Amino acid sequence: MSKSNDRKIKVVVAKPGLDGHDRGAKLLARIFAEAGMEVIYTGLRQTPEMVVQTAIQEDADVVGISSLSGVHNYFFPKVVQLLKENGLDDVLVVGGGIIPAEDIPKLKEAGVAEIFGPGTPTQKIVDFIKQNVRKK
Amino acid sequence: MFDKEKIKAIKERIKQWEGSTLKRVLDRFPERKKKFTTISGTEVNRLYTPVDVEDFDYDEKLGFPGEYPFTRGVQPTMYRGRLWTMRQYAGFGTAEETNKRFKYLLEQGQTGLSVAFHLPTQAGYDSDHPLSMGEVGKVGVAVDSIEDMKVLFDGIPLDKVTTSMTINAPATVLLAMYLAIAEEQGVPFEKVGGTVQNDVLKEIICRGQYIFPPQPTMRLTVDLIEYCYKHVPRWNTISISGYHIREAGATAAQEMAFTIADGIAYVQACIDRGLAVDSFAPRLSFFFNAFTNVLEEVAKFRAGRRYWARVMKERFGAKNPKSMMMRYHVQTGGVTLTAQQPLNNIVRVALQAYATALGGAQSLHTNSYDEALCLPTEQAVTVALRTQQIVAEESGATETVDPLAGSYYVEAMTDTIEAQIDDYIKKIDELGGTLKAIELGYIQKEIQESAYRFQKEIESGERIYVGINKYVMEEPPLTNILKVDPRIGEMQIERLKKLRAQRDQKRWKEALDHLREVSRSDENVMPAVIEAVKARATVGEICDVWRDVYGEYRPKEFV
Repeated sequence: MSKSNDRKIKVVVAKPGLDGHDRGAKLLARIFAEAGMEVIYTGLRQTPEMVVQTAIQEDADVVGISSLSGVHNYFFPKVVQLLKENGLDDVLVVGGGIIPAEDIPKLKEAGVAEIFGPGTPTQKIVDFIKQNVRKK
Repeated sequence: MFDKEKIKAIKERIKQWEGSTLKRVLDRFPERKKKFTTISGTEVNRLYTPVDVEDFDYDEKLGFPGEYPFTRGVQPTMYRGRLWTMRQYAGFGTAEETNKRFKYLLEQGQTGLSVAFHLPTQAGYDSDHPLSMGEVGKVGVAVDSIEDMKVLFDGIPLDKVTTSMTINAPATVLLAMYLAIAEEQGVPFEKVGGTVQNDVLKEIICRGQYIFPPQPTMRLTVDLIEYCYKHVPRWNTISISGYHIREAGATAAQEMAFTIADGIAYVQACIDRGLAVDSFAPRLSFFFNAFTNVLEEVAKFRAGRRYWARVMKERFGAKNPKSMMMRYHVQTGGVTLTAQQPLNNIVRVALQAYATALGGAQSLHTNSYDEALCLPTEQAVTVALRTQQIVAEESGATETVDPLAGSYYVEAMTDTIEAQIDDYIKKIDELGGTLKAIELGYIQKEIQESAYRFQKEIESGERIYVGINKYVMEEPPLTNILKVDPRIGEMQIERLKKLRAQRDQKRWKEALDHLREVSRSDENVMPAVIEAVKARATVGEICDVWRDVYGEYRPKEFV
């Protein structure tokens, strides 16, 4: 592990594909910043390649993807795979949005660390990131 | 409404009551909270009396249903004459699957159709575009060309059913397809009825399905409005939408205010085009949200109707009463649904539908209880439709017009919300108008601020949400959920390949070339779009012409 631990946690908050529901993503961007993290919000209409490119450029510790349009099964594993291909195995990938319970095991198997559904207290997400970042 | 002497006497009595009866109880039993607020954060008093509406002028504030300022409703008999249109937003997978769901809903007593298109169609991309990966058929039906649209409306008579289409930046394209199909069915344009959302400003503010920069996208909006008032007189040319503004976090007053601000921008754009206000304004329609706080919602609807009527009459000089009517569709609040204990959502939706009925809407979509988890199953959709049928047939809300008028609380809240709307409209005018306020991020930031405040209230426990921060319980996940066939992406790409290979290449190319030419001129684009869709040009190809001519919108993010 080369990164120093006193550096601020750097999070890329990403909106995949054509989904326009960004209330949760923007809210979390603000909450992460208040929790002392450095946040980069990608805005809408991202491809997996674009998200990973941002993660590389920003030297991110965490990628958080918010999906409410049903693209999670395609998009989340693809981001994990591209991160690995670029040597960023240590980046923590978390996801949230409208994600049926039965899809969660497959996403975790693919390397997504955690999925947060609607109604999750934001503190729980902040705590999870702090406890699991830069562990790999 | 009350004479001065009477008000004076009531004020005296309030003082007495506060010092005696009330005080005795408060001393022994303090109230549950220091401050009571609506879900929008507006403070609510303990008691409302004639004092709260002491300057109330009945004629000025309420009038009569079907008459200016339409506070009491846009029709004189309201639901005694005809119930609202029950219109469930539906669409998923292929055109075949959605056509089946449409027919099912019509058989169950639904009275109008409402099409949900998948996101690629809404963003003007074909199903084989890289940004469409994983999205095809997911949150709506995949429509790439008129061939899909034909399947979608197969066996549905377009002179009998009205159809609402949630389509904005590419609204002209989907309307063109609909009109072309009506023509094939032998239905003349004058008999075709329905709505396109066509509200591009709220896409930029909060919904995210924008394509082109504000000016050219507004030009397409106005082209559609102008074309329909000349050729498709029964078409609602725009559905100016507060729904998504509310979903993004706005309060009730913000929802109404920002929607009206968008409305003002559209009316001004049409007037700038040279259209007379009374020619197009009667076909403008609106779309709002309904949350669970019934009385605040009713006040919001009444305040909105009154404010819009004044805007049209005083600001734009409309003479035709129809131009002053705020006619609107409502959808119950998607964001109010919980993934936790999903059956509770049926109760929320029932209250929201009740608020909608008491508020005087023209049509309604009731959400399904499973929508915080997935697209609704047929069973969940049926319960949602039955919910509004129960409100319509059993609740009594439909038996008299504007039943809550004259309630001290509802009238005071209506006034409060109207004043909040007015503050926002003045502020937006000061900033230089709606487009400027959007460009500055003012509207977006106001909405985000409200979303943040609400989240903090939930997390601090200041505001209770059942199943989220109180009455929480462990439960197994919902298993009966709707899944879209994952092969649909490939199926749709196959269809596109076939279409591109089989269409008349010469006609297709000429149609797109002509569209490009017209789009650069001041001529109305609609006839050229109709020819293009008939020539089997796809949604993506037509939007690509405009991307080329007009450029693409790149939003600034205000986080």
